[in-house]
Amino acid sequence: MSFLQHDVPLSWYLLLSAILFSLGVVGFLIKRNVITVFMSIELMLNAVNLSFVTFAYQWHEVRGQIFVFFVMMVAAAEAAVGLAIIIAVFRVRSTLAVDRIDLMKL
Amino acid sequence: MHLILFFLFAGFCLAGAINLLVQTHPINSALSLIVVMTSLAVLYLLLGAEFLAIAQIIVYSGAVMVLFVFVVMLLNAGREERTLGSLAASRVGFPAVVALFALLATIVLHVQGLGAAHLGEGLSNAPGQSNLVLLSQVLFHELLLPFEVTSVLILIAILGAVALAHVEGSKVPNSETAAQK
Repeated sequence: MSFLQHDVPLSWYLLLSAILFSLGVVGFLIKRNVITVFMSIELMLNAVNLSFVTFAYQWHEVRGQIFVFFVMMVAAAEAAVGLAIIIAVFRVRSTLAVDRIDLMKL
Repeated sequence: MHLILFFLFAGFCLAGAINLLVQTHPINSALSLIVVMTSLAVLYLLLGAEFLAIAQIIVYSGAVMVLFVFVVMLLNAGREERTLGSLAASRVGFPAVVALFALLATIVLHVQGLGAAHLGEGLSNAPGQSNLVLLSQVLFHELLLPFEVTSVLILIAILGAVALAHVEGSKVPNSETAAQK
């Protein structure tokens, strides 16, 4: 059962992080609902966090994990403010579709 | 064991992320994002970051996603209408994403000196020195000021959220004023 003893190369973790980040960018581009666009941003933040944890493991450096901790705190604050903005926009425009919220579009 | 756990939860992660893109209803996207975040917490555990795994579940899967689900319910967000999207997204955006991913994958797969993750190995292999001890030693000695400043940031975020979501001039009829009438 040598298959069970295998370690996972750290580059696979980084590859997973890159795939998740790209999926987040694609979601940001194709999604037409403000809330789902915001969720894609959260997905990108999570992908970057996975990279940080992987590099922290590689270099045995605890500051990488502390940076993830700070990113989490800032992301929580950002989610609260962002969702409040979405509620305020919905109250004025009565829609969540990004195509209809185009007052500043050229 | 590590390989199996990695493939299982990386698969969950990717399936959740793709499901987030495919679903048209925001509540389904929110639930699949919870799957992604919880699987990421397991991957953090595999990489020896116990504290971050728990913080990920409590802060992201717990607090942030509950906020998202709450807003989806509050605004009664229905099925999103699929449109063609902007011209800039299709002309510049998607090629840029493909180029970005190709660049990242090439760098990651060609970089030398990256080791392999071994199960049960963390930042420190000294007995009795857990991940949490290491983290708090640095956080509360060297990085105490940034840590405290973050509390101010969260306070400002709370005030900002209340100020933004509050409607000017709206009075909630409470029982006290109703009783006076």
